[in-house]
Amino acid sequence: MTAAIIVGMLAAGGTYLILQRGIVRMALGFVLLGHAATTLLVASGGVARRAVPFIGAEGDLADPLPQAFALTAIVISFGITAFLLTLAFHGRDVLGHDDVEASVDEVPPIDRDAQEGGR
Amino acid sequence: MSTLLVAPFVAPLLAAAIGLLTRSWRGVQRTVTGVLMLVVLGSGVGLVIATRDGAAVATRVGDWPSGLAIPFAADGLSAIMVVATSAMALLALVFAAANGEDEHQLFHPLVAVLLAGVFGSFLTADLFNLFVTFEVMLIGSYVLLTLRGGGAQVRAGTLYVTVNLLASTLFVLGIALVYGTAGTVNFADLAGITEQVPTSLVGFGVIFTAVSVKAGLVPLHGWLPRTYTTCGPAVTVLFSALLTKAGVYVLLRLSSLVLGPDVTWRPLLLGVAVLTMVVGVLGAVGRGDMRGILTFHMVSQVGYLVLPLGIWSVAGITAGLFYLVQYVLVKGALLIVAGTVERLTGTGVLSELGGLGRSRPWLMVAFVVPALALAGLPPSSGFLGKVLLLRAAFDDAHWVAGAAIVLVSLFTLLSMVKIFTGVFWGAPTAATSAVPRRRPAVPVVAGGSGDTVPAHLEPEAPTARDAELSRWRMAGMVGPALLIAALTLVIGVVGQSLIELIEPAARTLIDPTPYLEAVRSA
Repeated sequence: MTAAIIVGMLAAGGTYLILQRGIVRMALGFVLLGHAATTLLVASGGVARRAVPFIGAEGDLADPLPQAFALTAIVISFGITAFLLTLAFHGRDVLGHDDVEASVDEVPPIDRDAQEGGR
Repeated sequence: MSTLLVAPFVAPLLAAAIGLLTRSWRGVQRTVTGVLMLVVLGSGVGLVIATRDGAAVATRVGDWPSGLAIPFAADGLSAIMVVATSAMALLALVFAAANGEDEHQLFHPLVAVLLAGVFGSFLTADLFNLFVTFEVMLIGSYVLLTLRGGGAQVRAGTLYVTVNLLASTLFVLGIALVYGTAGTVNFADLAGITEQVPTSLVGFGVIFTAVSVKAGLVPLHGWLPRTYTTCGPAVTVLFSALLTKAGVYVLLRLSSLVLGPDVTWRPLLLGVAVLTMVVGVLGAVGRGDMRGILTFHMVSQVGYLVLPLGIWSVAGITAGLFYLVQYVLVKGALLIVAGTVERLTGTGVLSELGGLGRSRPWLMVAFVVPALALAGLPPSSGFLGKVLLLRAAFDDAHWVAGAAIVLVSLFTLLSMVKIFTGVFWGAPTAATSAVPRRRPAVPVVAGGSGDTVPAHLEPEAPTARDAELSRWRMAGMVGPALLIAALTLVIGVVGQSLIELIEPAARTLIDPTPYLEAVRSA
């Protein structure tokens, strides 16, 4: 039950953030969604009703395979999130904004000289 | 046998490592990639021979006990996919080298990573491993798409990464749900699991949705035409040959294992396929640039490729696979021609082009034959593919799907004629008259090519466009397309032997017992 609530809250927060326009917020949304997926993976091994899968632990051990899955999924989503953030950073240089909804005509690249002069 | 199965996945990873180490020497990189493609193509042919009678082969990586080991397996479908996509990838790489797109020192390693992911997806027999190979493929494609780093690439890259990251997250959620209910991710154990554990169908539904995004099915197709037009032409050819095809393959595989003879979901899948065909072709007709039309057509053609999901009969799957094999090549040839036109004239916009058929007759031939194949006119391979699909649809009384196959072909022809008249017919325009004729004796427009050349479509392209591409480079660019054009006509005339090769693969999909036995007893 705890796992279900955690997954639900993470997924709700992630979905909200993904629907925002800025790339950084979307990246944070994907981090939350990734955590939701990881939690669900771990929960699918039956953690709630079983003991920790350590050698020497007593009783009915939890399935360690989903934990390996979760580890793999974390590594992959970490890498892609890093790439997305790099893209956002590079996009700020090239496009002058990180608004994914803006069309090229709507938001022209910021004139960097003017921007720096205004500061 | 296990070497053949694992080679298409391991060899590209090895080649990626070598390519990274030798990134200052393009000659070495090209040689490594060339050897890699021959190795993969060779293993693919070996697999086709091993599985030609509807048999299947499998292996456990590292000899771990079954259930713990990562299984790799191939039946006819996997083997045919490996051969068709690696052949097209090889031609695309020839084009990339001739077009100078592989000048970036990361190009070859990234392509190798992409290939590892694609072939891994075709050969794995484990749901979670499938997710990992998909990610390997996507990570290669993320970087390839944004390699040129311009504004358009960043915008397209952001869209592409976010859409695919969302789909990947859905994929993981689906796997978690499947594992939580079914308790396994091994294909052999998942077969028919929905009858024993009906709740696992929810997880499979999530996975189907995630894979549909990657295959580009309507209404989840929006990202595809918006991103594929911004990367380098050769990268578009590679993506077209590899990415959506991996999605289609997974849909076919899961459909075979999970749905099997169950007909409950077939009408829905058929409806999605028909919708994809229609929406894709209408979008293509509306576009005004060569690559825009061709990439929107990808959506439409994916509809044709997933028709077998709705027409789940031996005839339907045979037709779908036959169509897929020839389509991978045909679409690759068309995109190569589009890339060559962009390279020669600096633009792909139809209204700025014209009269290229007079100065580049071979380029026109390389376009027309595959275009007719895409539209499905005889004697091309596309005609045979569409007739087979049509017959399979009518055999099972899917009248709407049959009508859609014919009508969508008409619109496909319309958009191909649009490209033909816009690019190759009519009077030369400013962009095309700067293109030097093949015979230097014919005078080039006064003023020389220098000042009549319009601004290059992609100013951030690595080298300035040299108006006089050397004869060898032109041969490397148009040659692959011409080869495919010839192949299309050959398949169209003697397609029977190809159909006889594909039919056992279709039978193994309908009744996957050989595949399951092979995975279990590996």
